Amino acid sequence: MATEALLVLQDGTVFRGISVGAHSEAIGEVVFNTSMTGYQEILTDPSYRGQIVVMTAVEIGNYGIHPADDESQSGPQVDGFVVRQMSQEPSSWRAQGRLQEMLQTHGIPAIAGIDTRALTQHLRTHGSQMGILSTVERDPRRLWERIRDHPGIGVLDLVAKVTSKAPYVLSAPPTAKPPTFRLVVYDYGIKRSILQQLQGQGFELHVVPADTPAEAILEQQPDAVFLSNGPGDPTAIRYAIRNVRKLIGRLPIFGICLGHQILGLALGGRTYKLKFGHHGGNHPVQDLRTGKIYITAQNHNYCVDIQSLKGQAVLTHRNLYDGTEEGMRHVEFPIYSVQFHPEAGPGPHDARTIFQEFRQLLLEWRV
Amino acid sequence: MPKRTDIQKVLIIGSGPIVIGQACEFDYSGTQACKALREEGYSVILVNSNPATIMTDPETADRVYIEPLTVESLEAILRQERPDALLPTMGGQTALNLAVSLAENGILDRYGVELIGAGLEAIRRAEDRELFKQAMENIGLQVPHSFVVNSLEEGRTRAREIGLPLILRPAFTLGGTGGGIARTWEELDALLDQALRASPVHQVLLEESLIGWKEYELEVMRDRADNVVIICSIENLDPMGVHTGDSITVAPQMTLSDEEYQRMRDAAIAIIREIGVDTGGSNIQFAVHPETGDLRVIEMNPRVSRSSALASKATGFPIAKIAAKLAVGYTLDEIPNDITRETPASFEPVLDYVVVKIPRFAFEKFPYAPRVLTTQMKSVGEVMAIGRSFQEALGKALRALETGIAGFEDLDVDSQTLRQMLKIANPERLLAIAQAFRKGWTVEEVHRLTHIDPWFLRNIQEIVRMEEALKNLRHLSFSEQGALLFQAKRAGLSDKRIATLTGMQEEDIRALRKSYAIHPVYKAVDTCAAEFEAYTPYFYSAYDRPIERITADGEIQRHWTCEARARPLSQKERVVILGAGPNRIGQGIEFDYCCVHAVWALKEQGYAAIMINSNPETVSTDYDVADRLYFEPITLEDVLEVLEVERPLGVLVQFGGQTPLRLALALQNHGVRILGTPPEAIDRAEDREKFAQLLAKLGLHSPSSGTARSVQEALEVGRRLGYPLMVRPSYVLGGRAMEIVETEEELQSYIREAVRVSPEHPVLIDKYLDHAIEVDVDAVCDGQEVLIGGVMEHIEEAGVHSGDSACVVPPQTLPRAIVEEIKAQTRSLALELGVVGLLNVQFAIKDGDIYILEVNPRASRTVPFLSKATGIPLAKIATDVAMGKRLRDLDVPLEPTVWRVAVKEVVFPFDRLSGGDLAIGPEMRSTGEVMGIDEDFGRAYAKARLAAGSPIPTHGKVFISVCDRDKPDVVPLAREFLALGFELVATRGTAAYLQRHGISAQVIKKLREGSPHAVDLIRDGTIGFVVNTVDSRKARRDAYWIREAAVRYGVPYTKTLQSAWAVITALRTLQKHAFTYQALTQ
Repeated sequence: MATEALLVLQDGTVFRGISVGAHSEAIGEVVFNTSMTGYQEILTDPSYRGQIVVMTAVEIGNYGIHPADDESQSGPQVDGFVVRQMSQEPSSWRAQGRLQEMLQTHGIPAIAGIDTRALTQHLRTHGSQMGILSTVERDPRRLWERIRDHPGIGVLDLVAKVTSKAPYVLSAPPTAKPPTFRLVVYDYGIKRSILQQLQGQGFELHVVPADTPAEAILEQQPDAVFLSNGPGDPTAIRYAIRNVRKLIGRLPIFGICLGHQILGLALGGRTYKLKFGHHGGNHPVQDLRTGKIYITAQNHNYCVDIQSLKGQAVLTHRNLYDGTEEGMRHVEFPIYSVQFHPEAGPGPHDARTIFQEFRQLLLEWRV
Repeated sequence: MPKRTDIQKVLIIGSGPIVIGQACEFDYSGTQACKALREEGYSVILVNSNPATIMTDPETADRVYIEPLTVESLEAILRQERPDALLPTMGGQTALNLAVSLAENGILDRYGVELIGAGLEAIRRAEDRELFKQAMENIGLQVPHSFVVNSLEEGRTRAREIGLPLILRPAFTLGGTGGGIARTWEELDALLDQALRASPVHQVLLEESLIGWKEYELEVMRDRADNVVIICSIENLDPMGVHTGDSITVAPQMTLSDEEYQRMRDAAIAIIREIGVDTGGSNIQFAVHPETGDLRVIEMNPRVSRSSALASKATGFPIAKIAAKLAVGYTLDEIPNDITRETPASFEPVLDYVVVKIPRFAFEKFPYAPRVLTTQMKSVGEVMAIGRSFQEALGKALRALETGIAGFEDLDVDSQTLRQMLKIANPERLLAIAQAFRKGWTVEEVHRLTHIDPWFLRNIQEIVRMEEALKNLRHLSFSEQGALLFQAKRAGLSDKRIATLTGMQEEDIRALRKSYAIHPVYKAVDTCAAEFEAYTPYFYSAYDRPIERITADGEIQRHWTCEARARPLSQKERVVILGAGPNRIGQGIEFDYCCVHAVWALKEQGYAAIMINSNPETVSTDYDVADRLYFEPITLEDVLEVLEVERPLGVLVQFGGQTPLRLALALQNHGVRILGTPPEAIDRAEDREKFAQLLAKLGLHSPSSGTARSVQEALEVGRRLGYPLMVRPSYVLGGRAMEIVETEEELQSYIREAVRVSPEHPVLIDKYLDHAIEVDVDAVCDGQEVLIGGVMEHIEEAGVHSGDSACVVPPQTLPRAIVEEIKAQTRSLALELGVVGLLNVQFAIKDGDIYILEVNPRASRTVPFLSKATGIPLAKIATDVAMGKRLRDLDVPLEPTVWRVAVKEVVFPFDRLSGGDLAIGPEMRSTGEVMGIDEDFGRAYAKARLAAGSPIPTHGKVFISVCDRDKPDVVPLAREFLALGFELVATRGTAAYLQRHGISAQVIKKLREGSPHAVDLIRDGTIGFVVNTVDSRKARRDAYWIREAAVRYGVPYTKTLQSAWAVITALRTLQKHAFTYQALTQ
């Protein structure tokens, strides 16, 4: 007989299902992701640290797992996982394991069999909120007590939990087009596929911990700095904002997702929180310079308020769903960042040209 | 980019008659396109030969032409209408091919008509195998190793290069007509010959066999700013080797990882760009090697398709509508998503449910056709079901099929047979898989035999395990029982199936469910997995768990999250219309047409119209049509659950054919109000004995008849009635159903071979009225007055199923008094039965006597045809009447006049499903119909035949081969052909007979008499027309090669002398008059 599991939201909504992960308990911000493929990439994306992820696609685990699909070297990053159906046996020539086992091995609790659509609608209507997922406690009231007054994950420095502990170097592949650029990568919880895309564009990557002082970066005299994706509220990562501020005007800077937000804050702007965030692989983003529309992968709860930058940067991309900011470029310096995930992983590859743009920007800057 | 203002008038071509591979999905897409363009202020001219379509309603387009889809008629219409543009992508392969012909013949240039959507070059690149292959190589994609051949010799030589098995695909054909898989060199020769002939350009692709590879489809859209989105991914459960139209398909795809899926998506985007489809939708098919992930591009359709209709229904994204808007210049971001209202169409739908499509076959009508699925499509319809898991969707789809199964029914077969059923794809394979698991076979074994992905197999295995567990249901504790029942419902099991497994009744299971409060909730299809609020009321059922809420005082409350309940309808009274379910022979698009009209009529009257249907090809399942759409199987269980939520005023059952009619009584017994004709009247018309009493009461006649419960009894009835007889079983054994028998020996053999006769399964025997004229009448009755929609005179004699017979309005040969008497009898039947709504009566006229063959108190196949012929919307009027209006208040004539002369002709699927039996008879076998309209019968009939693809002869010799019974009558006919300048050829018997009557005909050899024989002459085009009649079943088999050759080589033929005479009339008329083309609305 399957073990029961409970998911209780901060507002007292309860979902009863069965356990399909580790026998444990987790507290996190409950967000839904609408991607129809790529559960493994999502689970292992460090940006999900602190969150319990609900998959809206109903059949999960079908094609198993494969190490090459991990977005992080240390396995799953989510705090909890919620699905409608969990496949017991994967079927794929690539599969090297079962999703359920992966969750169990890494101690991630997961619940299946609940009405994920009702949960998604609830989050859409009432906003993302804290939740507790447990396979241990049977009384939802007890679970509720533990999160009723939770302040949320906004105050936490989740980046500190996922950044690399020490610097490391990834050289550009020999096949890459010359010239090779030296790029310092601030690791706020970077995804493997971003590293791969950057390498593919001929960048030699000097990955550094999130709290590396700006001075140390400048000393290295890199060609440019990259600010990675990562979890949580950007305003909580004060050291990062401080360091980036020192780099503005001194080095070309690129950013993705959290990196984009930190850049916005470092420029003196403000960020705001979306009601339930953007998490999925089908968001249309328009490049305002060309009119071209990309279907993009998204994973963020915060946005940069472009107005707050007072003309220092122009909006380059906009989300066609809700008109929110998706990219900006500094009017004076070679500073360029996007909110969406051009690397995909998972998701459509439409916007991978952004990495070429980074490179192009550097080439132009050199001249 | 805003819409184009340099074009005002757009021509849209429909897809013609319903044939295998091209069904009502093109009515759905064409109708959407018309609506979309008119919304934008464009004037739309619509041409289609199929009267049973919504698109040919005068309301759909500005100008509607029901004319043959030929270059000649299109040119005449272009000359008359002078449109600015032609949108060729809405009417399937037919419209695309026609547009290509019009362009290549310089006709489009001559009239200054621009092709929009897909240009000529793009169509060529997508359709021409060599060009397509080249295009794929340009973008680094692989197509199956293959080559194109133009002759038999070339094919044989080159085939040695890749070896067998090889797949043959003729260029420019529908649904793979004429294609196949060659496993031996002999098969290659035969198939190649057939394929070369099937292709209008005599071009065939021989390709490496990808049998067993996984098969996928992506629906892609592109706008003129080069934005590309994928609307839907579809995975075929049946791997490569079975035509996608015959495959069980699942959306979204289930077994590809993101990496693999994105690779396919990238390929699809590169393909639509390389092919150069400017705007609109395309369907691209891929094969993936199950063990290496190798990707091959199979084909691309640069137009809307059956799959795009499915994808539209599966996602809520209306592909045809958006494609039409893109064609006139909009970009995706400029078009709003109807469902969310606030987001644009430039996105990719995401699904939080699983969609399963299962094709519906008609092999029971073609007992000699092999029940084997190949690369040539054979299915005649399909169902779609939506569930919150694959299992749930699969179970719903199975019972929606209406093939008499309520789920994974047990198969009584031995292991040997089972193995074959798994190995060779066939319509019952799904049941065979379940049976294999029931026998304890492993997933690996079943996978080895079927090549079906183990993920799907394991799900079926889980369903079988659930079934096993259910057998113990009655012995479980109260809470265990509730839990198991809920799990079973989540796994898609019907109450009926659970009843079978537990030895209970369906009613018991329903009651049990109620006692545990196990009911489905209704979820919305919203394109976005609930990320945004949906405004479109398009629902499906699912057994999802309730959610709970902890209240302030620590109580826990349960809540059912039913979106249909949560979104209350307006204050309007609700009426539910039951649809017709999957298309099948005898129940197709005509009934969907009627359902749509019923919806419109209800809306006009201020009711909220609620549609329940399971057929994704239809207009009725467009979420834009009814006020609410429930995409559900039309079974008692599923309908009752919807009614529970909607609590309508009543249900309309008379528009969806037999499907809803069969539920009428049961629904009424559950307290549901049946609107219109009461179920008792339906029963009185359908029950043989009650019907006989009714006729006796009214003093009307029917052919004398009897019922036999044993062979002896049958022979006695035969002797009493006299031969020929029409016999029909109540229980079918060998697939042979209704038949005409001419002698006692034939009756004996029929009963021995074909049916099981017993007290429980009697055989019904009617006197067969040979050489009688059959007449069909459709009428509307309000209980007091009767509107006679029209009296249709059949061309073929009684005994040919009315659905297979050509017919004409107004009647051409019937005396006025007879016509009036027919009307009078129809009136008295309608009033006596208490019909409130539509009624169809079939009569046979013999020697001046009128016999009633059948009365159907419901919409019939001919309702749309008559509505088009008279301009009177019968189904709408019937709805008004069913809702309580009186005919006299509706301002409609009780005897509408027919607009010119209208002929209905039918098309048969013999090119795919003959099995050597190409005869027509009392079992309906046609898939679709066309309408010919002109000033007189001759021209209308000629047009109808042209539209049906069997034109009257213009050249060549006429080949006559008739049965003995018809020989006397063939003499004057032969004289007429001679007088019209045709030369005659005949087989020895017929030639000798003609000779004796002073008519010379060239004698040709039968097939077995050696070359050159008749088939040679048919093949080389010497014979331009075939008159071939047969009598008994034995003779039918003897002469089948003549018809088979005619079908295979596309030579027009007639199967009855009556139709041959009609051809003579047409030929004579055409010597004096040319066709005229008039829009319906003129």
